Amino acid sequence: MDLDLSSVEPFRAEVRAWLREHVPAAPLPSLEIEEGFAAHRAWERELHEARLSVVSWPEEYGGRNATPLEWLVFEEEYYAAGGPGRVSQNGINLLAPTLFQHGTPEQLARVLPSMASGEVIWAQAWSEPGAGSDLASLRATATRTDGGWLLNGQKTWSSRAAFADWGFGPFRSDPEAERHRGLTYLMFPLDAEGITRRPIGRIDGKPAFAELFFDDVFVPDRDVIGEPGSGWKVAMSTTGNERGLTLRSPGRFLAAADRLVELWREHGDPADTAMRDRVADAWIKARAYRLKGFETISRTEDVGAESSVNKIFWSELDVALHETALDLLGPDGELAGEWLEGYVFSLAGPIYAGTNEIQRNVIAERVLGLPKAGSR
Amino acid sequence: MRFVLDAEQRLFGETLGKLLTEAAVPGVVRDWATGRRERGLALWRSLADAGVFAVAVPESAGGAGPLPVELVTAFHELGRHGAPGPYAEAVAAAVLLDRLGDEAIAGRWLPAIAEGTALVTLALPPAVPYALDADAAGLALLVDGGRLCAAVPGGVRASLDPARRLFPVTPGEVLAEGPRVAAAAAEAYDMGVLACAAQLVGTGRRLLEVSVDYARTRRQFGRPIGEFQAVKHHLADALVGLEYARPLVHGAALAYGTPDFARDVSAAKAAAAEAAYAAAKIALQVHGAIGYTDEYDPSLLIRRARALYTAWGSPSDHRARVVASLAG
Ligand SMILES: Cc1cc2nc3c(=O)[nH]c(=O)nc-3n(C[C@H](O)[C@H](O)[C@H](O)COP(=O)(O)OP(=O)(O)OC[C@H]3O[C@@H](n4cnc5c(N)ncnc54)[C@H](O)[C@@H]3O)c2cc1C
Repeated sequence: MDLDLSSVEPFRAEVRAWLREHVPAAPLPSLEIEEGFAAHRAWERELHEARLSVVSWPEEYGGRNATPLEWLVFEEEYYAAGGPGRVSQNGINLLAPTLFQHGTPEQLARVLPSMASGEVIWAQAWSEPGAGSDLASLRATATRTDGGWLLNGQKTWSSRAAFADWGFGPFRSDPEAERHRGLTYLMFPLDAEGITRRPIGRIDGKPAFAELFFDDVFVPDRDVIGEPGSGWKVAMSTTGNERGLTLRSPGRFLAAADRLVELWREHGDPADTAMRDRVADAWIKARAYRLKGFETISRTEDVGAESSVNKIFWSELDVALHETALDLLGPDGELAGEWLEGYVFSLAGPIYAGTNEIQRNVIAERVLGLPKAGSR
Repeated sequence: MRFVLDAEQRLFGETLGKLLTEAAVPGVVRDWATGRRERGLALWRSLADAGVFAVAVPESAGGAGPLPVELVTAFHELGRHGAPGPYAEAVAAAVLLDRLGDEAIAGRWLPAIAEGTALVTLALPPAVPYALDADAAGLALLVDGGRLCAAVPGGVRASLDPARRLFPVTPGEVLAEGPRVAAAAAEAYDMGVLACAAQLVGTGRRLLEVSVDYARTRRQFGRPIGEFQAVKHHLADALVGLEYARPLVHGAALAYGTPDFARDVSAAKAAAAEAAYAAAKIALQVHGAIGYTDEYDPSLLIRRARALYTAWGSPSDHRARVVASLAG
């Protein structure tokens, strides 16, 4: 496929003009605290009113049917303009693609419009205290009851669940079945009777995630995604999005790299060539990620396990870029501010969406075809 | 040169380690971060009684120093436990006040530092532009060009490390002036750098131990995560870095009083910062999400390692000093 970048220039210009008018001049408070969460929710509504919150979705759900190229361009413009972090990101990037693939028309019509407007903000509830990398060992249960399911057990590390409205994730519905079978994927309101949430402070103390305790929480059949018992397959269709381009778009890193270059101009010591090289590397890698993005959307075959390559690349780039910024700031690097906030955020990248150790195993075994550990 | 600690030095380290373990430092850090300093100040005094500051104060002024090997032994323990407060700053201040050659100032403050009766802190711009805990200090110093001044603290600046309460400072009363200030400040800086380097190695070491324990007990895929080669290699790498940072710190302490001291403390700080920060990132990675939480005590040390990485001169500042001394 040929990518014609000039064909998207009118779209780029429109987005740029709108963002110039609307992006808040002063950064919003952190979206990981209650006040900031509300401000970011209001921002989602504003984006939505301009039909810019979910450009790649069909129009009926609040999108513009944008092509993947237009989406990449939107993201570039968004982050270049200093657009606020997306408080709806886990719904938009991790639940919506799952619904497009496995949801019923009724579910799409019910869930997507309020997700697009920020009226309902979604939290991913997959991990459990005993099930992190080994997600298939999860133990929270969904038990059949009249007209639906009863949820019991515990989920944890659910990003933004302290303030979000609804959650989604796999539960064990058939304790007898082999561990990858017998899971069912469900959606539930976080204020449902029987759910207790405990916010957890991330490493800078902000309540960025939460633990969820389920005590006979009723979920009607209509909130099951896909077939009961097919939850693993449904979940795995999400991981491609989580590791692939959508969760962390090139635009984010291009904008961050540009800001790093600016910081270098202000604070850099021209004699410090080691630091200069790190700045250059961050910029080069952000550009590589952009070009790789163009390549990815030009391909017709499924990217499959190669999304693991992508996940390692962006997460390690993000850490290195922010470390360089802190080091440039010298003794001011430890002080609270936008660079430190970005650094703290970047530190989690090698852990969530499948740890980078797991991704390296996936690359070695499924992309490179090396023998599986332990298999004889 | 002695490359290992003698029995007395080892005992000194063990005594401090015991005292710090009993103090349950993570709770003290959390108090300190919110301005509740009672337990932190009590710890400061008991560490002073055990000789932490005396090793930096000469015998003539009520101390037992200078004993640089004991000093790095003590700071290794402070780093292991993550004690909050301006410890490195206080020993640097002791060196500064001693070298100034002003008997009134030295007589007034050195015994107080040795005994731990006052929290003492200092700022040495540009490498140390903020004064840690200046709001609670009995004496806060600022070296402002060629003048030594009392430091007047502004509003606190939040650090990644909640225990590091950093204060921008402006010069107040002038305590001393002239070339002797710069000379004393240079010696103070070297001692602060050495203390910070020792602290970093201790912090990294503890993070490695905690991570090894975690890798033995945390199970995924039906086995301890320490069985996975990726996890093993991370932890082994952390060890390699720390094992070669510690001798540089010890070697720098042995070089005290020689013309190589400044070069050697810089080499030690650069290596210690890299090794400890690498250990901190590995600790985070090996723990997964739990290591990324505020409530998990070792995450305090992860944050400390990053903050100390650029405190008392960044690794690139120190590399530049090493190269400059070699070129000269
Ligand atoms: C900021 C943040 C946000 C998150 N948000 C969410 C969310 O919204 N919803 C949600 O459900 N979860 C979320 N998570 C949880 C995340 O998915 C898990 O942290 C991740 O899956 C790892 O699990 P764990 O933390 O239990 O670590 P563990 O799985 O216990 O891993 C510990 C260490 O062992 C290594 N390891 C484990 N297995 C292997 C192996 N087979 N080979 C080699 N090494 C291995 C890991 O790589 C890691 O280094 C979030 C985590 C973070 C940090």
